[in-house]
Parts: sequence; structure tokens; C-alpha cells
Amino acid sequence: MKTLNEMKISFKSKSENEGFGRTAVCAFAALLDPQIEDIADIRTAVSEAVTNCIVHAYRETEGVIEITARILEGNEIYIRVKDRGCGIPDISRAMEPLFTTAPCEERAGLGFAVMESFMDNLKVKSTVGKGTVVTMRKKLGGNNE
Amino acid sequence: MPVKLINEENRTTAMLSGEIDHHNAKGLRLEIDFTVREEQPKELILDFSDVGFMDSSGIGLVMGRYKLMKEIGGKVTVRNPSVQIKKVMKISGIDRLASIQNSQENKK
Repeated sequence: MKTLNEMKISFKSKSENEGFGRTAVCAFAALLDPQIEDIADIRTAVSEAVTNCIVHAYRETEGVIEITARILEGNEIYIRVKDRGCGIPDISRAMEPLFTTAPCEERAGLGFAVMESFMDNLKVKSTVGKGTVVTMRKKLGGNNE
Repeated sequence: MPVKLINEENRTTAMLSGEIDHHNAKGLRLEIDFTVREEQPKELILDFSDVGFMDSSGIGLVMGRYKLMKEIGGKVTVRNPSVQIKKVMKISGIDRLASIQNSQENKK
């Protein structure tokens, strides 16, 4: 799919930046004039991905979260959330709904389940000690015409 | 902290507002738990009328309050979640544990 537009942001893994991360991606996605439900889905999915970086990837430390978003031909948005944190030893385990390595913090273990449900396509690549890249896409209905 | 707590006989209502994510969930948890432990209500109402957004951190918040109320023999009611919030709740199955009330038609 051809890339028509792209943005990239990076910010510190501070929890106060969770709102900023999801809002920034939504502001970019708004260029596609999407339906309210689609923007809400993107906002939620990005919030989950960013939160994973803060709660898990950079658990005892602080690092940088990079988000790249692209508008693709065919009214589709592509979002990549990347960290250089601790990495995920067992990705399929991590993606199991309700599985969490932080139960004492009232983590529901649903981040990936939400991303998978709200976006069309979710891919997770990770190397322990190096970091994780989460990519997701969504084809938007659009309000025009 | 964006929560207003209203205590009536046997019932505590937490009027939540703003956005509920990992960043502010902990503060909400502390405020609500403090009041619940003091008042020991039979019902805790979590009112989402004024909440514009919630991710799964909010599910953790509701689940934790459900467990706390269960400990003291009470129940949780979720009131007026928006369409977006209901969608997140559906993924968690929390609608099977806490009753969800819509006191107004919320088309947002």
C-alpha cells in the first residue's frame, strides 16, 4: 500500500504522556475524516500500546517511546509503536487475554486483546533486552461523499 | 483528582470525570477505596456520565473495586458508560460481574 502521508513522534515513557500519545495519533488520523467510532477505536488501541511501553517495557526505568503513523492509499492508517525496553520473552503468552505480569497494579491483561479487537491487524515483534515493536492498521470508513 | 464521592445510606456514588487511563487510575483507586473502607456501603456506583475516554486500565479499576466490594459483601453498579467505554467493557466481560445502568440514552 502506498504511503500518502506520515508523521513520527517520540516522547519519554512518563505516564502523563499517555494522553498525549493517543491524542497525537488521533489528530493525525483525523486527516482521513473518519467516523467517530473509528477514531475512538484508534485512541483506545494507541493508549494500550503506549501504556504497555510505560508499565512493562520500561518498568523500572525511563526510556523513549516512538510512534510512527502513516496514511496509506485506500483510507487506511498504519501505526507503529516502538520501544527499546526489556522486550517480551513469550509473545503469544503476553497476548493471551487476561495474562499480565503486573496483577498487583490492577492490570487487567487486556491491552493486546483491545488492540486486536479495535484494529484490523496487529503484529508484535520483540527481542528480550532490545525492545518491542507493535504495528497495527485500520481501514477507515470515511465520512466524505 | 477528578472524582466526586457522594455518600448516602448504604450507597456510595463515585462521579468520575475526564479520561481514565493508567496515569490517573491509581489516584482514583486510592480515593474510592478510602471512602468505601470508611463508609462500608452495600452498593458502590461508578458513574461514567462525565468520562470521555477509558482504556483497559479502567477495567482494572472497575475489577479492583468489584473485588473490594465483594470482600465487604456489597456490589458494584456501572452507570452511564459511553459507547466507547461499553465497547472496552465488553471485551473484559465485566458486564457479567457488575450491573450496567444507563439512566439516559447515550448516543455518543
